[in-house]
Amino acid sequence: MIPVKETSADPVAEDDLTPEQLAAQWEDEKPPAAGPLANAASSLVVLGVGIAAVILSVAMGLGTPSAPQPGLWPFIISCVMVALGLFQLIAGRHNRDAEKFTRMSISPLTGLVTLAAMVAVMPLIGFELPALVLCIIWMRFLGGETWRSTVLISAIVVAAFYGIFVLALGTSIPHLF
Amino acid sequence: MDFLNPVINGFAVVLEPTNLLYCLIGVVIGMLIGVLPGLGPAATIAILLPLTYNVEPVTAIIMLAGIFYGAQYGGTITSVLLRLPGEASSVVTVFDGYQMAKQGKAGTALGLAAIGSFVGGTAAIIGLTFLAPVVASFALDFGPPEYTALALLGILLVATISSGAKAKALIAAALGLLLATVGRDIFTGESRFTFGSLDLADGIDFVPIAMGIFGLGEILYNLEERHRAAKAPSKVANVWPSRKELKQASGAIGRGSVLGFFLGILPGGGATIASMASYAMEKKRAKQPERFGKGAPEGVAGPETANNAAATSSFIPLLTLGIPANATMALMFGALLIQGVTPGPQLVEQDPELFWGVVNSMYIGNVLLLIMSLPLVGIFVKILRVRAAILAPVTALITLLGAYTINNSMFEVSLVVVFGIVGYLMKKFGFEPGPLVLAFVLGELLESSMRRSLLVFGGDPMGFFGRPISATLLVVFVLVAVLPALKSMLAKRKAPAAAEPAPTKIKEKV
Repeated sequence: MIPVKETSADPVAEDDLTPEQLAAQWEDEKPPAAGPLANAASSLVVLGVGIAAVILSVAMGLGTPSAPQPGLWPFIISCVMVALGLFQLIAGRHNRDAEKFTRMSISPLTGLVTLAAMVAVMPLIGFELPALVLCIIWMRFLGGETWRSTVLISAIVVAAFYGIFVLALGTSIPHLF
Repeated sequence: MDFLNPVINGFAVVLEPTNLLYCLIGVVIGMLIGVLPGLGPAATIAILLPLTYNVEPVTAIIMLAGIFYGAQYGGTITSVLLRLPGEASSVVTVFDGYQMAKQGKAGTALGLAAIGSFVGGTAAIIGLTFLAPVVASFALDFGPPEYTALALLGILLVATISSGAKAKALIAAALGLLLATVGRDIFTGESRFTFGSLDLADGIDFVPIAMGIFGLGEILYNLEERHRAAKAPSKVANVWPSRKELKQASGAIGRGSVLGFFLGILPGGGATIASMASYAMEKKRAKQPERFGKGAPEGVAGPETANNAAATSSFIPLLTLGIPANATMALMFGALLIQGVTPGPQLVEQDPELFWGVVNSMYIGNVLLLIMSLPLVGIFVKILRVRAAILAPVTALITLLGAYTINNSMFEVSLVVVFGIVGYLMKKFGFEPGPLVLAFVLGELLESSMRRSLLVFGGDPMGFFGRPISATLLVVFVLVAVLPALKSMLAKRKAPAAAEPAPTKIKEKV
């Protein structure tokens, strides 16, 4: 075992970080934190949902604790939610736990679009083709695989799913073939 | 020996070939997802929930439990070999495990972790065997007021102990409770928050919520995270630790078992907290604490033992009180409800085969895991080569197609996607998804027991304080809710100019 120098800035010594340095490094690698605006926006969404639920609960009728109407329990929860939302709006302005949307956020957005598209067309043309397209997009464009492995693995994956869900389990998943 | 009869019958249940097979499937899946960074046990269990529809309840829970504690074993491997924690509960193992690997002792580190995990897990099962019936018989007298208090306390503890902002975790819990009210009001039969939709008339199913928020939300979130390029793992040779090393680590294993067992029982506790507490304790106890972080075997053995003990003992509140102690247990709760089994104190008496079948399956599971992590560890090291880019679309497709099989309808699939968006945004904005799912699961129990109690008390909420157990639980509830706020206020007043402490938070991977 060769003694290694304790220079954390040096990339060569990267392997010799103490737990504290390692934790700090992980902290640095986290996505950048979002600003007060994002915190305010999320609090406002919470407030909005809470207030809407309060209004709907009141409309359902509250009743009394001994003879409650359907709205009483949702009313209690939504009041708690409004209170927490207000607290968060004021006290949580400078929290660092929200993450900024960066250019990397395009990946989940793309992923989401492909998923939604698959849900939309699956009842019409079955799951095989949308699943193949989804695999190709996720592996090639989101994952950076080579074309060769993308096409090969995508085909295997879809065939495997066909085998499991259609042939073996006999589920009624919409399928083309 | 009347007490032991059902225990022995439980072994008969486990040894049925189907149950053995599902136990094996569970622990292998658990081990795999533990090895692969990204998906955690909660996400995996959520995604695989549809698989449990067509099997017996005991078989389903045996498999899901296997995934949970199997992941605790598997998470160690990446921590030691690549300095990438496979699971949140193996984060502290990185500190000494990777250093040991660098000194050419990767095998020893993995071996110690596997033996520690086995000891911790087995000790916790034995503890569970003796403690659970006692807790259950104590809780048999619980009425609606006690359950109201217990559910409230459970939700609050899980929300406040989770990492991240407490107010945000509580907001997530409130949202979960609100989602639980969608559908027919059980007392009056009127529709709530259905907006005229027939699909919503019976309420939202637990499975699409869990699959969306835990499963798809996690998959989408991981798409954004650039995983650090995996290096070639160091060679693993000789996983059997020497007698001297075993002796050195035995104290840590013993302490880790006890510590993990008790931390696992507490609501909001669990594997992650247990492993961190054990690491801290070992470092404090050590004669030369400076060895820690430089390859101390106790720093691997202790936390790995503790996280397994905690994973096992966290079944106690679920199986005896019907209150899940953490997000993964909330999924088990949901899985049992789907099967028509309501976990609670009556479970030991009324359904001993299920109870003891699940408990005893853990012995078998732990033996299987020990075999997989000692002689067969090489196979799992090879799995590290599977790239996240290939895994992501596969898990996404499993989620979508699995969601379809819940009811053979596209409505559930759309719900999963919608909740996937919610889950992703929650993670992005720093809201823990765990409290939401937990509160959703407990929502109906909480509302119905609260309304029943209020009926008994004639509408007087002070009635809760008239019964000793519910009063005690509610006092604890108030303390947990108010103390941290008071503390921070006092601290601010005392040291207004002091620099803000920067605790190193470890993000919970679900």
